[in-house]
Amino acid sequence: MEEKEYRIELEHISKSFPGVKALDDVSFRVRPGTVHVLVGENGAGKSTLMKIINGLYKADSGKIKFDGKEVEISDPVSARKLGISMIFQELNFIPHLTVEDNMFLGREPRNSFQMLDKKTIHRKAEEFIRNEGLSYDPRTKMKDLSVSDMQMIEILKAVSSDASLIIMDEPTSAITQKEVEVLFRKIEELKHRNISIIYISHRMEEIFKIADDITVLRDGTVVHSAPASEFHTDTLISYMVGRKLENTYPQKTNVPGEAVLEICGFSGKGFSEIHMMVRRGEIVGLSGLMGAGRTEVARAVFGLDPHEKGSLLLNGQEIRIEHPWDAVKQGIVMVSEDRREYGIITRRAVQENIAISSLKKRMRGCFLQKREESRAANEMIDLFKIKVPSRYTAIENLSGGNQQKVVLSKWLLTEPEVLIVDEPTRGIDIGAKFEIYSHLIQLASQGMAILMISSELPELLGISDRIYVMSMGKITGEIGKEEMSQETIMRLATGG
Amino acid sequence: MAEKTKQKSRQGEIASAVSRLGIYFILLGMIIVSALIQPTFLTITNQANILRQMSVIILIGCAETIVIIMNKIDLAAGSVVALSGIIACFTYLATGSLFCSVLAGMAVGMCCGFIMGTVITKCNVPPFIVGLAMMKISRGLTLQLTNGDNIYNLGSFSVLGQGTVGNVLPIPAVIVIVVALVLWVVLNKTCHGRYIYAVGGNEKAAAASGIHVDKVIVRTFMLSGAIVGLAGVVLMSRLNAGMPNTADGYEFEGITAAIIGGTSFLGGIGTIQGTLVGGLVVGILQNIMNLKGIESFTQQIVKGLIILLAVVVDINSGRIFGKMQKKK
Repeated sequence: MEEKEYRIELEHISKSFPGVKALDDVSFRVRPGTVHVLVGENGAGKSTLMKIINGLYKADSGKIKFDGKEVEISDPVSARKLGISMIFQELNFIPHLTVEDNMFLGREPRNSFQMLDKKTIHRKAEEFIRNEGLSYDPRTKMKDLSVSDMQMIEILKAVSSDASLIIMDEPTSAITQKEVEVLFRKIEELKHRNISIIYISHRMEEIFKIADDITVLRDGTVVHSAPASEFHTDTLISYMVGRKLENTYPQKTNVPGEAVLEICGFSGKGFSEIHMMVRRGEIVGLSGLMGAGRTEVARAVFGLDPHEKGSLLLNGQEIRIEHPWDAVKQGIVMVSEDRREYGIITRRAVQENIAISSLKKRMRGCFLQKREESRAANEMIDLFKIKVPSRYTAIENLSGGNQQKVVLSKWLLTEPEVLIVDEPTRGIDIGAKFEIYSHLIQLASQGMAILMISSELPELLGISDRIYVMSMGKITGEIGKEEMSQETIMRLATGG
Repeated sequence: MAEKTKQKSRQGEIASAVSRLGIYFILLGMIIVSALIQPTFLTITNQANILRQMSVIILIGCAETIVIIMNKIDLAAGSVVALSGIIACFTYLATGSLFCSVLAGMAVGMCCGFIMGTVITKCNVPPFIVGLAMMKISRGLTLQLTNGDNIYNLGSFSVLGQGTVGNVLPIPAVIVIVVALVLWVVLNKTCHGRYIYAVGGNEKAAAASGIHVDKVIVRTFMLSGAIVGLAGVVLMSRLNAGMPNTADGYEFEGITAAIIGGTSFLGGIGTIQGTLVGGLVVGILQNIMNLKGIESFTQQIVKGLIILLAVVVDINSGRIFGKMQKKK
């Protein structure tokens, strides 16, 4: 096949963000009228690569050729002009506008008075929907449609703007099996029209169903790129994981005891029938790909979100948790993955952040005992080696790792029995990571039950005593210390 | 990188210190300038006058401060001042007891605060809208109760607003000091105070830290309402009449005092002492402009500009200071 036989060619693309190299010399090509599946673990660089194609990011180096010609994609508008359309994981639309208004958003036809040409919009939208063999009323409000309908509209939007390359970022993550079939039929049709598709997915069965070519990314580099027929599930998984297990994990000293927290048949938004158990002094890992429902389970256990069914046992006693304060009272605490939103109290001092959840313990009558508070804060700053100019520094001036230690301190002072940590080392440099691991192990060996959600397999393997794996809202497996490997986890996580 | 963080945080600290202390220097500067350009400014009569005039505004400012720190707002304060003042007048006429009328006024304010806080938290209505509604409701109620007429012949009800301690210090000023002390203690020495700052700093994180955010919001609105009620009693007592149409727009005067005093509209930051000073700055400015015979129209423009300046400095203090350092 000749060079210009490709719809898009990316050559030697590199992209760095402060502190991380997201893409390193990535080359990637898509043939016309084919589906090219892009796979990789969380954080492998897929999204970054797609954002470069869509003009949201600019590559530090490398070339992009579109239909054989070298192009520069400086923003999403120029990407759209070339015929590149992206369907995001979080759908992009304005809920209170109608289907037709959303379809023409940003490129509305106007009449001779420069006013919106509503008639043309309606006519064109109706025509399009009919031509695609669908039966929506173009005047329905977007918010009244189901997720898969919205997705279809997004695809329509892409096709209606004469896209010749459509990027789909996990399009099936929010739709039902039946809707997936509709989507796949649509994709087949698009292929016949010589439209190329870059398809990002984690689900093994669908990958092999629709892929013509597969490229595997890992840590920002292309590990393997070949026609789909050259792969099967096992080889694909081994290409995806294969990350080196570095010897950077502290010595395990904790010894699991009896069960402390039991989650029985938990169901809610994004997860169902979850059974899990965490023992005293045990670090239990919870693995799964993005969107598998791990965080949702943790949030429900901690009372941040409601759950529909199921019960919680703490030391064998059933407990009710409806709000985070119920959880804190019972001795269950959670370090959120979103530190800025749920972890730190911005604009306030480090000391206040450390003490906020345990103020009641430091009261004399109605009044706070500042001296006690300072003592506790200092103790935590020493214990966690928090690097901070003074206790009174505003917390947002600290680095990510130090903020995380402040959040851990806050919870430690409440003397919890169960500690849930969600992506405890996200956005933290390697040295601080090691410290966080040591602290977690230390806490476990003092008898705390720890549930750790993580997207980093080596980290899970490095410090967990046991691992649960989730996929599509369900627990797909429980792995003991002996059977732990990146391959087993990935197989369970991808449903392969 | 650690070096950089350190520098950045030091920069942040200096910037916050500048914006924290800046207002005191401004007050000092204004006093000096005022004394120089207008010799009568420093007379005891004039000073007492300023204090008396500003006391109601500063009380409302204190009430707004705790609400704004929590990243909420109370737009109904002016109308609630009128309502609670009128109720206090009625109570005085009925009982003849100053103590009972003060209590009644504060209770009315507290009730209004309770209703606002509850609607905000339980029905998820934005504070702005709740305030707007409460503003209309309480003003309407006030007018209905009085038929729109002023209440006169209140006898010694005026002691609270017009009296002095030791023939010098106006009683309203004493009330302001007591209220400010109480609020200072609440903000700095109690759990509730901490929670107010935490909710304002990051409401979600506060809830995720195990704080009953709703309870904090309702209680704070109640406390704030009680102070607004007290302000109403002081106002009517100073006027020696129950005036249902008075105090219109006072919430904005109070908010002005809080903002100039360094309370951040983004929540999480603010002090009572700052609001005291902010209120005095506005009062002195108004006083000196009056003494100098500046038109009230011009006065409004000046006040508007000062609010703008205070907020611009607050929001950009970090950046402005950073730039200054870079230049060095």
